[in-house]
Amino acid sequence: MRSTLKFAVPIAVAALALGACGTKGGDTPAAGGSGGAAACQNFKIGMFGALTGPNANLGIYIQNGVNLALDDYNKKHADCKVTLENYDSQGDPTQAPALAKKAIDDKKVVGIVGPAFSGESKAADPAFNEAGLVTITPSATNPKLADNGWKTFFRALGNDATQGPAAAKYIKDTLKASKPFVIDDASEYGKGLADIVRQDLGSAVVGNDTIQQKQTDFSASVTKVKSSGADALFFGGYSPEAAPLAKQLRDAGWKGTFVAADGVKDQSFIDNAGAAAVGAVVTCPCVPADIAPDFAAAYKAKYNQDPNTYSGEGYDSATILLDGIAAGKDRQSMVDFVKSYDKKGVTKQLKFDSKGESSDIKVFAYKVEGGKFVSVGEIK
Amino acid sequence: MQYLLDNFFSLTITGTTLGAVYALVALGYTLVYGVLRLINFAHSEVFMYGTFASLWVVVLLGGKGGGSVGQVIFWVAMMFVAAMLISGLIAVLLERVAYRPLRKRNAPPLIALISAIGASFVLSELMGLRQQVTGWVGLDTTLRTYVANSRNNSGMPEIITPQPVFTLGDYQVTNVDILVVVGAIAIMVVLDQFVKRSRLGRGIRAVAMDPESAALMGVNRDRVIQVTFLVGGVMAGAAAVFYMLKIGITRYDAGFILGVKAFTAAVLGGIGNLRGALLGGFVLGLAENYGSAVVGTQWKDVVAFVLLVLILLFRPTGLLGESLGKARA
Repeated sequence: MRSTLKFAVPIAVAALALGACGTKGGDTPAAGGSGGAAACQNFKIGMFGALTGPNANLGIYIQNGVNLALDDYNKKHADCKVTLENYDSQGDPTQAPALAKKAIDDKKVVGIVGPAFSGESKAADPAFNEAGLVTITPSATNPKLADNGWKTFFRALGNDATQGPAAAKYIKDTLKASKPFVIDDASEYGKGLADIVRQDLGSAVVGNDTIQQKQTDFSASVTKVKSSGADALFFGGYSPEAAPLAKQLRDAGWKGTFVAADGVKDQSFIDNAGAAAVGAVVTCPCVPADIAPDFAAAYKAKYNQDPNTYSGEGYDSATILLDGIAAGKDRQSMVDFVKSYDKKGVTKQLKFDSKGESSDIKVFAYKVEGGKFVSVGEIK
Repeated sequence: MQYLLDNFFSLTITGTTLGAVYALVALGYTLVYGVLRLINFAHSEVFMYGTFASLWVVVLLGGKGGGSVGQVIFWVAMMFVAAMLISGLIAVLLERVAYRPLRKRNAPPLIALISAIGASFVLSELMGLRQQVTGWVGLDTTLRTYVANSRNNSGMPEIITPQPVFTLGDYQVTNVDILVVVGAIAIMVVLDQFVKRSRLGRGIRAVAMDPESAALMGVNRDRVIQVTFLVGGVMAGAAAVFYMLKIGITRYDAGFILGVKAFTAAVLGGIGNLRGALLGGFVLGLAENYGSAVVGTQWKDVVAFVLLVLILLFRPTGLLGESLGKARA
């Protein structure tokens, strides 16, 4: 889980303070601009994820993709625009249920892009399921999420059951590491992923450790890694912990390869770990920009930067919902519409299986080079 | 257990460096408690502002890896100046705004405690919202380097590349380790001497011992309290510099855990006792490291607090258990 009890109070207060200041809403098209056409329902779609807080980058990359999809839609349907409602969870599972209720109570919201992280998905999705409000997550990758029988749950990317083995495979086959070490952050996401990697690497794993989120000093873990003689490290967790961990490993003179998954594929990892990030590898079911050049160009034109982690998935998720709105679906009929959806999106063929999992899954490896994540190809 | 023995030196040295940071922050808690009988919960934010001050001054001066020795000394010196200045200033301001008005009205201690917690949140959130605060005055693009992604980690340019200097047992002691431990101990000695020998130090001890008699003897209590906060803030600033050299990453809430740990260290050593705070800091840093080696890193905080409870069970006044006034230091 992303929080322990002792953080509950400060986080709650932080949320109040944030609420008071108003959420920074990206560039949501102005609400209520339409209303000319009589049939216009003024439908909204929701963006559920961390838009502020330490993991905000991942949320904002998705939100950018969603906004791009909205722009496309609203250009075509100028007489009945769809607006975006932001539900800023800060990636915190304790805030998620209340936000889910807020979204459910707003009858104009016909679908949600998100929740972005696995922990908050676990906390919020039961409510969405009960209310019959469809959610398409562009980034929550814990495999168990699909096993709850939630009929409103859809995942527009591969889960950790595909990402974990891919990471293990990369460590084994590409890095040819004989002594991998595995560390997780005890979160729903990080531990789930690390356990899969541990299982796949089997007896080769020379050591394990678990850290805490918000920890900044990793000297005990660093000592463990160094004394185990590990030549590669897999870290299951997010970038706020990955950056100091990578930095302290290198400061202590550790020479192995730092491997992590999509939770670390965030520019702040590179910025904060500095030289220690160079050569680090992250796996990600997110599609590199060169596979969808048109999308990449449109994204760059709007945000003046290249599409980032899950921007494309965010765009695709929003597009499915917008297609539903265009086809005249409302909240109730949207679930079946998404279930039977089958079209090519910017990242992949968008089609879901009976559990809501994406049926076309690829995992890519990225390497930190020259201050950027550079795609080094699909892990097959 | 075998693991602990095998890596004893490594764990000891890394534990000592972190312990030095705890100890310096703990001084601030203990000093203020000594003269005011108040736990200054906002002290953790004083430390956090110090980390940002030291980070930004390096960014501002264009600090980066691979500078010449002269440059590095200059950057580190400027880090100390900036962090001590800002932390000291914040601490003094805190006393002025959050505590002095309450003291003037003879508010009960509980009220001051709540004021302390409130001040802590205000300071921390202000840093977390700096992007928006500068946005209101239209400076967010000019100050982009400093305020962007205000809720994310801010990383420091690595001005000193850690290099092994000598090997102790199994551990290669780096230049940064040496700088942190030696620097921290030097600062502690200076503080110890300041409290022991200087006129102001005598004032601090007098107020701690008996505020009323001290006032009768002509000690200006408000001034002494202000100096106490200033000294505590300056220590936190120094701690912030060492923290940034060693860890190199900070965030608006970086003070929280460290503050709790430093407070623990102060209680561990005997709150109100300067040398106790130092001892408590080092003991805590080491215990955490040994503990996480034996039972796993995720138990780090559990080990620290179980230790605290155990020590308080047997020595309710902490390890050295004397108050600032009675202590000869």
